[in-house]
Amino acid sequence: MTELLIKNGFVFDPINKINGEKMDIAIKDGKIVAAVNEKTAEIIDASGLTVMPGAVDIHTHIAGGEVNTGRILRPEDHVKDVERKTAITRSGVGYSIPSTFTTGYRYSKMGYTTVMNPSMAPLEAKHTHEELNDIPMVDKATYPLLGDWWFVLEYLSKDKIEECARHIAWMLSTTKGYAIKIVNPGGLESWGFGGNVHSIDDQVPNFCITPREIVRGLAKVNKLLNLPHSIHLHTNNLGLPGNYSTTLDTMKALEDIYTGDKPVCHITHLQFSSFAGDGWGNMKSAADEISKYINNHNHMTFDMGQVIFSETTTMTADGPFEFTLYQLSGHKWVNADVETETSGGIIPMHYKRTSAVNAIQWSIGLELALLITDPWKIFMTTDHPNGGPFFAYPKIMAWLTSRKARMAMLKKCHKKAQKRSLLPSIDRELSLYELAIVTRAGQAKALGLPNKGHLGVGADGDVAIYNINPETLDISKKFRTARRAFGNAAYTIKDGEILVKDGEIVKTASGRTMWLDVNTAEPCVVDEDMKRRFREYWTVEYDNYPVFDHCVKVPEKITVKASV
Amino acid sequence: MTEVKSVVCPICGCLCDDLEVTVENNAIVKMKNGCSVCEAKMIHGYNSEERILKPMIRKDGKLVPVTMDEAIHKAAQILTDAKYPLLFGWSSSTSEAQRVGVELAEELGSALDNCCSVCHGPSVMATQEIGIPTCTLGQIRHRADLIVYWACNPWSSHPRHVERYTSFSEGRFEKSEWKDYIQKVKAASGKKKLEAAARQSRVIKYQPPPRPQTCTVDAPPQTIQKMGRKMIVFDVRKTMTAEAADYFVQVEPNKDYEILEALRCLINDQELDVEKVGGVPVEYLKEVADALVNCEFGVIFFGLGLTASAGRFRNIEIAISLTRDLNKKTKFVISPMRGHFNVTGANVVFAWQTGYPYALDFSQGYPQYNPGEFTAIDLLRRGDNDATLVISADPGAHFPKSAVQNMMKHPLIVINPDLNCISRLGDVVFPTQWCGIEYEGTAYRMDHVPIVLRKVVEPPEGVLNDEELLTKILAEVKRIKAEKAAKTPPKSTCATKKEEAN
Repeated sequence: MTELLIKNGFVFDPINKINGEKMDIAIKDGKIVAAVNEKTAEIIDASGLTVMPGAVDIHTHIAGGEVNTGRILRPEDHVKDVERKTAITRSGVGYSIPSTFTTGYRYSKMGYTTVMNPSMAPLEAKHTHEELNDIPMVDKATYPLLGDWWFVLEYLSKDKIEECARHIAWMLSTTKGYAIKIVNPGGLESWGFGGNVHSIDDQVPNFCITPREIVRGLAKVNKLLNLPHSIHLHTNNLGLPGNYSTTLDTMKALEDIYTGDKPVCHITHLQFSSFAGDGWGNMKSAADEISKYINNHNHMTFDMGQVIFSETTTMTADGPFEFTLYQLSGHKWVNADVETETSGGIIPMHYKRTSAVNAIQWSIGLELALLITDPWKIFMTTDHPNGGPFFAYPKIMAWLTSRKARMAMLKKCHKKAQKRSLLPSIDRELSLYELAIVTRAGQAKALGLPNKGHLGVGADGDVAIYNINPETLDISKKFRTARRAFGNAAYTIKDGEILVKDGEIVKTASGRTMWLDVNTAEPCVVDEDMKRRFREYWTVEYDNYPVFDHCVKVPEKITVKASV
Repeated sequence: MTEVKSVVCPICGCLCDDLEVTVENNAIVKMKNGCSVCEAKMIHGYNSEERILKPMIRKDGKLVPVTMDEAIHKAAQILTDAKYPLLFGWSSSTSEAQRVGVELAEELGSALDNCCSVCHGPSVMATQEIGIPTCTLGQIRHRADLIVYWACNPWSSHPRHVERYTSFSEGRFEKSEWKDYIQKVKAASGKKKLEAAARQSRVIKYQPPPRPQTCTVDAPPQTIQKMGRKMIVFDVRKTMTAEAADYFVQVEPNKDYEILEALRCLINDQELDVEKVGGVPVEYLKEVADALVNCEFGVIFFGLGLTASAGRFRNIEIAISLTRDLNKKTKFVISPMRGHFNVTGANVVFAWQTGYPYALDFSQGYPQYNPGEFTAIDLLRRGDNDATLVISADPGAHFPKSAVQNMMKHPLIVINPDLNCISRLGDVVFPTQWCGIEYEGTAYRMDHVPIVLRKVVEPPEGVLNDEELLTKILAEVKRIKAEKAAKTPPKSTCATKKEEAN
């Protein structure tokens, strides 16, 4: 079968502790191998180039009901950014909510090979999977929203962890999901009647449970089920000034569940959960407090949720938060509650340098990434499209690796933000090795994907090659060159096939959809009583609820053995 | 004889999925839970005498049966020969077929539109103006204590809507109101019986019912402020739904905008210095406004009475604005009553592949969107296109005459299971399977919930489904295009010309 040899590149592979060594990478039948026959293999001369594992995105809203409603909502977003059909690629549109094909192509052009869609209402899971089928070039998976599912609330309020675990296992397999996603626990159920919860000890109306109990319960469930990823949490009070204390409370609440092996929780888009101050007027960064705590504790991982100064669209299952944004902006607003499970909302947004709040948010994201000393704990995301579109990642890479780059941007920001920013006091610049951790190795490790994010023998043949010569190019000074290189991969190789060359697509591929088949010792019993409950809770019959096997075009089933 | 449970109904946007169907000798003989519309299609309709079983091509003015390959070749030839074809329909097909449809349109550089442009297109436009606070139907079943039907008549158009999702459904926090309704019906029929008895005994002389005046609105009943579920209907005539409602407001035709705006003023505590708005006394509207503000969870369902009357998408915009305002005081949502079972799906599929829900054009090689320019009726009336493909729709019966006349000037390809109005006019006519009866595929309910339609009986022999058929046409189009490209020598570019000159 196909053999590929990448010769003489500077390899950055943090999982295997390879830091810029000049070496060859061999791929056979889509997997990394020790060596291939040099005479028959296709050879890529990577001398003077940086070779990294294919990049991984742990959190990006690219598919599903919410994303698509955003697409329908914003023709003005698409009209300025179009992609023509070519002989091999389909046409499409950007900008902040690109059409499915364009999403795949643009990720691939940046050297990404695995992306995770973090928010799927279980009831609309088929929709998410149909869209994922149409996202080419990358492997993907999706996390069902389970934090406000009535079954979970009912079991956890009665402290029935094991029964809850069985139902979650059933739900993961039924919706072909990958991890437990929790958004504003308790808040979404309260939003059903227009309310919200404001601390992790607020009562959720009608259910006798608090956010603390939900998060702790699901973290325990996650452990019982041995899921590869931890719970994936969007904290309470997200996006509101002073919310960092809630974030700290949440982190502290999970300390005792950690047993020293695997992180128990991933707090996503941490930037939006690290605001100090008690109003928008004196809102400031809490990156200092948050990063101090994180540097002293090992039970969690995080991603940035970096803000990019551009026009974008915010979309989250956090319906009450989007309502707050609507009240602040008066902009066009979508609310999309889903029965028994979750809610959702969309508001267009323009992050401006001239807005003090936006500029402070921009600063917080970078402060967190730089003040948290261990790069295995915090990963690079924009929470696409909430902080900004994903194809702005090269900009963040430049800000992280070059003090010069970020100070140049800070100078253009609102005066208040400049005054309050911690960035001038931070000298740290990420090396290419550390950058490889925050963009692929760390993310793959946190996700529990053993074959992604590294170039060891047996790993998937996903490689990104960038036109950066670490011997001659100082990326902290020549950040513009580096930014261009990261935006247009010299090669993107997926499963041993060259998909992108010099930033242009040369071949298309489907990409697989990974999903968990969680085997519990005693399976979730679906008896008549459960079916009856089902009929009462949802407006869809039990038999019509699952994502059938034929709904996923290229599935990759990952079997997990649970300890319950 | 086999019984199939949890069958999904392929008729309206409700997409009820609890049908129980009995199949005998590959025919549906009995069914449970379906409404009358559903039974009509599932038991009798799908197997009518009008069913097309063979592909046909018009030769010398008559449709004659041909082989499938010949028909596919002819259709592909028509589409590739045309400079600017239009592909229209899609709302009664599966999402899988719609996906192929987008690819076909892209390959042809054609216009692409779905039935949304003649129903809830204005609702989409209004959403693009100011968004939409909405939710899935189950949320309404569990929580809504105020249900407003505006300019729609679900009793006839979506017969199980009230029973499954709104007033008569049993939710976790709100109880069904059907008992109240039964009492009301009983009382009404009792009254009628008494009257009839009185007439027979000549106590009262029979008088024909008075001719309805242009607009009569009764005062709101006491019950409008009651606890529990309430249903209010706004419409231009007293429909079946209005009969079942707690309060019916008869709106003067084309005055919906005014009434919605008046309600907006009232809930924002502004005074109106007129006595009547749209034929409705302001004092009555005040009581309605109170009910809107005082509910726990309210919902407005609106239908084509809003999208197709004067004001068009501005009507929807103001209705959504009202909902937005109400959200500052309570929880309120709004939802369009989508018609065909997968018209929502057409919007959804088009949007994820192209970014836009309908009124699409690929003539520039990338998707463009402009309702009014690329919407089927506007495009046809201007005579912009020079070939048409219609799939699972009947513009022959529903489009204006001028649009159909222009459509007839050019070749017409029709894909439809039975011989409807437009199939009779087609130049190439394909048979197809009934989706949701003879083959399965995904459809999207009016609230964007995807449900997989089920296959219940085997299709007639040799008849393909929409997806297979379109895939074959697409492949043939690609083949013909490649053949053409091979025949014509590559055009010399400026650079090569210069080189030659040198």
